[in-house]
Amino acid sequence: MTGDLIFILLALLTVVPAVWVVSSRNIVHAGFGLLFTLFGAAGLYAYMGADFIAVTQLMVYIGGVLVLILFTVMMTRVPSGGRRTHGLDRYVPAGVFAALVFGVLYKTITSVEWGGSEQPAMPTIAEIGTNFMTSYIFPFEYVSLVLLAALIGAAILIRERRDEQPADGENGTAEREVQQ
Amino acid sequence: MNVGLPHFLTVAAVLFCLGLYAVMSRRNAVGILMGVELMLNAANLNFVAFSRYVQHGIDGQIMAAFVIVLAAAEAAVALAIVLAMFRNFGTVHADTVQSLKR
Repeated sequence: MTGDLIFILLALLTVVPAVWVVSSRNIVHAGFGLLFTLFGAAGLYAYMGADFIAVTQLMVYIGGVLVLILFTVMMTRVPSGGRRTHGLDRYVPAGVFAALVFGVLYKTITSVEWGGSEQPAMPTIAEIGTNFMTSYIFPFEYVSLVLLAALIGAAILIRERRDEQPADGENGTAEREVQQ
Repeated sequence: MNVGLPHFLTVAAVLFCLGLYAVMSRRNAVGILMGVELMLNAANLNFVAFSRYVQHGIDGQIMAAFVIVLAAAEAAVALAIVLAMFRNFGTVHADTVQSLKR
């Protein structure tokens, strides 16, 4: 009974701020909604006995990705504020399509006999570490390479190109003045 | 009520569809990225739920860890692109930018 209550609370903590994330006009508010959604998802992982995934979610998503998103939002604010004059032509097709997808998913979830039984909860960190170093060693190394390459690529993408300034110097400054 | 696999799958389906709606309806590129993060979290919930209730192993959780790592890489690259876009064009609206360089 208590377990059900905790599940309901965690599911609400996950889903309700997610509605806020997708519907808020203010992108900063959406970012803070994402904070609660990711926290709720971490709680659901913990509820399912996936302690390592829950802690990783807290550290990587909330400590890393969300901070990155909020910094980007704050660095790219356009001071004029959002324009509020656009019709429903973007919201209605998106809403209808998302509702259709949810209908198909929900029908599948309720009609399939999933079977199986609940696995008793146990500590998973040691087993995950053993698997990373044995049967998953190649994916583990590949994913670390991908992460390194992505981070180097991101750093190259946003670095200031001071060495190329003389090449397009006049053009660049002229356009910047036009923008101001 | 006995909390089982369908409940987690339903929560994940709701999250996925909300993320899909955000990806399709948002103009702000960061908002689109938030939608992608919601969808990745929904997939992760499914991985962990199936790992606990059907497969009874650790493989689903390992796959979820890989997804989290790749989501971090994806977020870093996407936000770098958004910053470059803002620097070059002065906007973060995905429907007004048609090239990645000036």
